[in-house]
Amino acid sequence: MSDTAPTSSAPPEPEPSTEFAVKLGAAQRAGGLVVPILTAVLAFLAGGIVVAATGHNPWIAYQGIWDGAGFNWLFHIPWDTNTIHLDAFNLSQTLLTTTTLILTGLAVAFPFRCGLFNIGGQGQYLVGLIVANWIGISFASWPTAPHVLLGVVAAAFAGAVWAGIAGFLKATTGAHEVITTIMLNWIAIWGGQYLFGQGGPLQNTYNPSAPESGTVAPSAHIPVFWGNPVLQGLDYGFFVGIAALLAFWLILNRTTLGYELRATGFNPDAAAYGGINVRKKYFQAMAIGGLFAGLAGAIDMLGYLFQFGVLDVQASQIGFLGIAVALLGRNTAVGVGVSAFLFGGLLYGTTRGLNPNVFDPGLAGNLTSMIQGLIVLFVGADILILYVWNARRKARLPRILQPEAGK
Amino acid sequence: MTNHAQPWGGGQWSLRPRTVAVAGSVLGLIAFLSAIPPIDARSPFVPLVFGILAIAAGLWAVTRGVRRPGWGAVASGVIGIGLGVLATRSSTGNLHVVFAADLVAQVLVFATPLTFGALGGMVSERSGVVNVGLEGMMLMGAFWGVYAADKGGSWVVGILGAIFAGCLFGLIHAFWSIHLRGNQIVSGMAINFLALGVTGYFFNQLYGNQNIPAGVSTVPNVAIPGIDHMAYLGPAIGDLNLLIWVGIVFVPLSYVILFKTPIGLRVRACGEHPRAADTVGINVYAVRYAAVLVSGALAALGGAFLSIGFGGGSFTENMTEGRGFIALAAMIFGNWRPFGAWGAALLFGFSTALAYRLPVYSSSAATLFQALPYVLTLIAVAGVIGRSVPPAADGQPYVKQ
Repeated sequence: MSDTAPTSSAPPEPEPSTEFAVKLGAAQRAGGLVVPILTAVLAFLAGGIVVAATGHNPWIAYQGIWDGAGFNWLFHIPWDTNTIHLDAFNLSQTLLTTTTLILTGLAVAFPFRCGLFNIGGQGQYLVGLIVANWIGISFASWPTAPHVLLGVVAAAFAGAVWAGIAGFLKATTGAHEVITTIMLNWIAIWGGQYLFGQGGPLQNTYNPSAPESGTVAPSAHIPVFWGNPVLQGLDYGFFVGIAALLAFWLILNRTTLGYELRATGFNPDAAAYGGINVRKKYFQAMAIGGLFAGLAGAIDMLGYLFQFGVLDVQASQIGFLGIAVALLGRNTAVGVGVSAFLFGGLLYGTTRGLNPNVFDPGLAGNLTSMIQGLIVLFVGADILILYVWNARRKARLPRILQPEAGK
Repeated sequence: MTNHAQPWGGGQWSLRPRTVAVAGSVLGLIAFLSAIPPIDARSPFVPLVFGILAIAAGLWAVTRGVRRPGWGAVASGVIGIGLGVLATRSSTGNLHVVFAADLVAQVLVFATPLTFGALGGMVSERSGVVNVGLEGMMLMGAFWGVYAADKGGSWVVGILGAIFAGCLFGLIHAFWSIHLRGNQIVSGMAINFLALGVTGYFFNQLYGNQNIPAGVSTVPNVAIPGIDHMAYLGPAIGDLNLLIWVGIVFVPLSYVILFKTPIGLRVRACGEHPRAADTVGINVYAVRYAAVLVSGALAALGGAFLSIGFGGGSFTENMTEGRGFIALAAMIFGNWRPFGAWGAALLFGFSTALAYRLPVYSSSAATLFQALPYVLTLIAVAGVIGRSVPPAADGQPYVKQ
């Protein structure tokens, strides 16, 4: 009988099921680039309708955001890399945000490929931020290279541990990772407010009335390669983000671990039958995901933030934005990179980069949340998008997702 | 066998392990209460004795097979001893600041949005639709509630506006989870982001990020004649907001509807085994739609309490600040049951109220106290003290055959 366990062939063919990961896989094969692009276009269109309905010109608003993100720099050929010019400066800031979003996006995307939904990117990011801040202040006499390295490694490890708690609980008790990561998020948020708050262990030593952390020592600053280091230039952490994309792709597609993780994501029962320790994979997938988020915290803290306050902890949303980045990027390396750039531009272009005379930043910042929500909503309904797309083509293609596409 | 008496307890009265476990939990509570006003025991032995009794009762129940309530009693005893002894160690002056009678009122104030949210989440999840969008539905209720009260001139209009807004987002969530069969967690998170954006955008657009103008009609307080001027009872429950009482009434009401009526049976059947429900003629889609809409309305009421109830007609961006997630935690901690969820909401409300008062001791420790609900829920889902188990078909889309 079937005593040859499927260990060396392609991942087992997924059963027709309603699992989201499976559906996503099917949509990926069927829709390719079309679905994510359609998703983004629809979301921006809906956002534009809201802007128009409230009496603003959506064209001017979106152009303001485009310029605020520094995307117009890309069309100034020959390129002028001097960040004294506003466009170049804006683009460098967008790339700073993009780096963070790549990493928080990967924190969601990596476990997703193993069939786990990591909502805890925000908490893992904050834990990384806190540890990097602590290391950055503590070893002020060290030379730059080992100091930065220690901060980055410790923060990534902390993120991995924070996510690993959820992975461990999933593996040992079956506790749903969505619930546990939501709880861990809020524990990290309140923990951060405690640590940086008045009388907290990591509060700064020079102003006891300010609920803020201390400032990272200069020896732990990641060097800047584009722009003025004093004016928040783009640091080498950007390349860590790019390298992380590459590592993500390599681990998933070129290693045994990646194969086992993906097999578990496709069908845990089949994977277990094939001799894969599914519980261990759950833990590993979460821990590696958290590692990416912790890395994001380290690079932000040592790259340009250098200090963090209680109010910043409350306001930070970048880990949550990682969910939208990963889902829009279809949990692939290239997809996450592109959608992180899109969201990075959107985030910076609607906040500090935006010219307040063009479009009210109070509205624009919330427009970002709205577009983010719409994108996640539309990604959650690939079927709807595919349905619209197929209806347009008058069913010239065979119906995708036969068992589910009914209704 | 004709002897119907219990095998233990001997004849006259029977000692059921479950009763003992519940009594143990109460003893644990007494261990703590004995050390605070108005009782004010100053000797650490008082809470210690009560706590040890609670632990003994709990362990006895556990050995008789009643695990969850038994371990609950043990935990209650340990926490009771810890907090009780701590209280006997601190000055009576500080204790009277922290445990004044209006603490009860404050606990109810903090617990009410959680109660509404947790009941809402429970209704939705009992029908088989996971609702992590509670936070967003609450936020919608908070903003559109105050907007409707401002423009409509009456808090009744405000409540209706909040319910409408909550139902609208409930409808989106329901359509996505039931008809499109999308991932319910994804659409729930989308609801949260969307609500944050929509409320923030329209708050800026309609009010220019300024405060809501003063004099908005708000939900009135209910002064109970006779009680409102009594010592202790007066400041505790004499003059509470109407929505607090509504929330308290909804707890037994939802228990009766969910567990004692045919409607509730249908809802629970859809959450446990939708195919079986379908075979006996229940319209699973209709039941789930209704449940998610009710869920949205309840969560929105919790939000409206923040803006036009206790909030006195105000709004700020992201006003709910994670209360929807605490409500979710309360629902899970309460094991998807109305009284359990309410108990958890009260416990979490208590921890928040304490966090606001503990700064007399240490301000930084008070902040840490806010994380307690999440830690407790993490422990509860991990199954250290009896596992929280969701409805069997929770989160699974149903495909009609």
